[in-house]
Amino acid sequence: MNVILIAVIVLGAIGLLASLVLFFASKKFAVHEDPRIGQVSEVLPQANCGGCGFPGCSGFAAACVKAADGGSLEGKLCPVGGQPVMEKVAAILGLEAAAAEPKVAVVRCNGSCQNRPRIVEYDGAISCRVANATGAGETACQFGCLGCGDCVAACKFDAIHMNPETGLPEVDEEKCTACGACSKACPRNIIEIRPKGRVVKGSARRVWVDCVNKDKGPVAMKACNVSCIGCGKCVKVCKFEAITLENNLAYIDPEKCKACGQCVNACNVRHAIHATWEVPVPKPKTEDAPAAAPAAPKAEAAVAEAPKPAAEETPKAEA
Amino acid sequence: MKTFRIGGVHPEENKLSADQPIKVAALPEVAVFPLGQHIGAPAKAVVAKGDKVKVGTMIAEAGGFVSAGIYSSVSGTVQKIDTVIDASGYRKPAIYIKVEGDEWEETIDRSEDLVKAADRPDLTPELIVEKIKNAGLVGMGGACFPVHVKLCPPPGAKAECVIINAVECEPYLTADHRLMLEKADQVLVGVDLIMKAVKVNKGYIGIEENKPDAIKLMTEKAQAYPNIEIVPLKTKYPQGGEKQLIDAVIRRQVPAPPAIPISVGAVVQNVGTAYAVYEAVMKNKPLFERIVTVTGKSLAQPSNFLARMGTPMSQLIEACGGLPSDTGKVIGGGPMMGKALMNIEVPICKGSSGVLIMNDKEAKRGKVSSCIRCAKCVSACPMGLEPFLLATVSAKANWEKAEAEDITSCIECGSCQFTCPSHRPLLDNIRIGKQTVMGIIRARNTK
Repeated sequence: MNVILIAVIVLGAIGLLASLVLFFASKKFAVHEDPRIGQVSEVLPQANCGGCGFPGCSGFAAACVKAADGGSLEGKLCPVGGQPVMEKVAAILGLEAAAAEPKVAVVRCNGSCQNRPRIVEYDGAISCRVANATGAGETACQFGCLGCGDCVAACKFDAIHMNPETGLPEVDEEKCTACGACSKACPRNIIEIRPKGRVVKGSARRVWVDCVNKDKGPVAMKACNVSCIGCGKCVKVCKFEAITLENNLAYIDPEKCKACGQCVNACNVRHAIHATWEVPVPKPKTEDAPAAAPAAPKAEAAVAEAPKPAAEETPKAEA
Repeated sequence: MKTFRIGGVHPEENKLSADQPIKVAALPEVAVFPLGQHIGAPAKAVVAKGDKVKVGTMIAEAGGFVSAGIYSSVSGTVQKIDTVIDASGYRKPAIYIKVEGDEWEETIDRSEDLVKAADRPDLTPELIVEKIKNAGLVGMGGACFPVHVKLCPPPGAKAECVIINAVECEPYLTADHRLMLEKADQVLVGVDLIMKAVKVNKGYIGIEENKPDAIKLMTEKAQAYPNIEIVPLKTKYPQGGEKQLIDAVIRRQVPAPPAIPISVGAVVQNVGTAYAVYEAVMKNKPLFERIVTVTGKSLAQPSNFLARMGTPMSQLIEACGGLPSDTGKVIGGGPMMGKALMNIEVPICKGSSGVLIMNDKEAKRGKVSSCIRCAKCVSACPMGLEPFLLATVSAKANWEKAEAEDITSCIECGSCQFTCPSHRPLLDNIRIGKQTVMGIIRARNTK
């Protein structure tokens, strides 16, 4: 009896002492964390994907709170949660959410099995990173998709899949959160995060050059049926100076592009420009002529930046 | 018999062309010279379209200290400066020269007379290194490290001996073997010159025991050079690795990077390099031709060629009876470290020691299955690493762990992948990890 009593009293005393130590320690060494960080964290999706550029959701929350102290949430966007989540974050921090355009991953290669014939067989580890370092891939294109699916493995939202028919990855627009993981995983930098574009009739309209081949025209042409050969036709036709030509490759600046579809029609030989909607083909010349006339002066200005390749490559493209 | 102490494998030797004398390959119609044929900065072209060049004319100058100039192997006209698919499979800048006749630069001594180091008392170590630099010499074993850089030890390091790599541990290849049999005197003068250049008086030539005729001949010829010792070695791959060879010959182990062989007092050069040093110093001949083994089980006539740089590999294959119908892979280099080529028009470069044609059966990789934890790769690794672990952490992009496990020590010999019963692509993954980790380390050091 006595032994039990002593044990209870001793343990109780130790417990009490320890709890007092802990209590004072917690007061003395308390780390102050802004309570708003916790609140912001709670509304974030907790995917910890790093798509925002910060180490996980709590890192992003801390960055948001810090930015809010500076007075603005500009440049902070959770790509997964998008605008609705940012609005909630802004409400907690007592600010207006910066307007952000929704974005989506875009695969800039159309070198399907049909368009891009295989010339060698790759037999190594099934990984784009390895394939890229081992050789130039199975086709004559040294820039295009390798098809081993590193992007698919990198996606945490099940939003990108290989299409067995084309051998190319396809992005599921509904599921894609534009976190950019696939883009980082791609050793050839084919996947780009672009704005979804303006919505017309229920679908978002965006246009991009569906190729990343920087080889000269004849080489690119031989490697793939739908490669950009840098002919510059699209540059000439764009009224908004949104298209630039560098290293034999056209690039459409999504900030300037108005998704008019002119370039898609201009690229009628190589079909290297991809639009998410059906671009109507203009009717024969008679009607088209007056419409094209006002565009001419602007087009010339755009061409002036890269006159040589455009002039050289155009005849080849038509040949 | 001596050999290195850790790991190693013994692949089937298949030295099919060992008894084939070196044949002079025909001149190509157009010779192509990629500007990046060596480790370090790519060379810079110094010719333009339409320029006339002779054999031995410099067509590209070194692009930095760790770099080497490129010399024309043919006489003719510069056709264009464009790109060519090299052994990596990618397009790289290159100079195209249309061949017209075979006119050599007058400075090159084309006589066959043997010039010994004793005949040229004017050769100071500095002059030898200068001549080597001006001949565009790079290591001929395959890694293509500029020779003059290795011959200038960094401050604080002192060379104690020169080790010549004549082991030719890669299966199939016989270029070095034939070189020793046919040019033994010149090789020995070359070794003597390298020893002079780094101011040491001890030289070793390591030869594997599967070349008894070369060991015998070199031992006889080396009687005249008391400072040069021929060291027969037990046949084991990768004995030709610099660190393995140092361990085998002088029983010293090079610590992990950034330590280099000179840290333990050794300067290692390939036997082909020794011959090229002789030609560069004594005959004023820049590096524009080399011995290439063209071989394969299905090939009609496996051969050794003395080929001019820039010759397309397809031409050499044609000279051996053409591409066999059951070709599975064409490999630039040996079967262990060589690279499967995407295109047989790849030109012969300074580091092209061989062209191997594998038949369908040999070329097929085994079906990959799970790791069974047998640790054969660990036993085979000549650097004492754990390949299965390195491959896994690389595949999972865990670079911190990869660095902690010394991935940068990997010499990419492929022994692990060769020995793996589950045919796992170990080296494929390790190589990626090594490149990435080295990039991370470089970025950290420049910060």
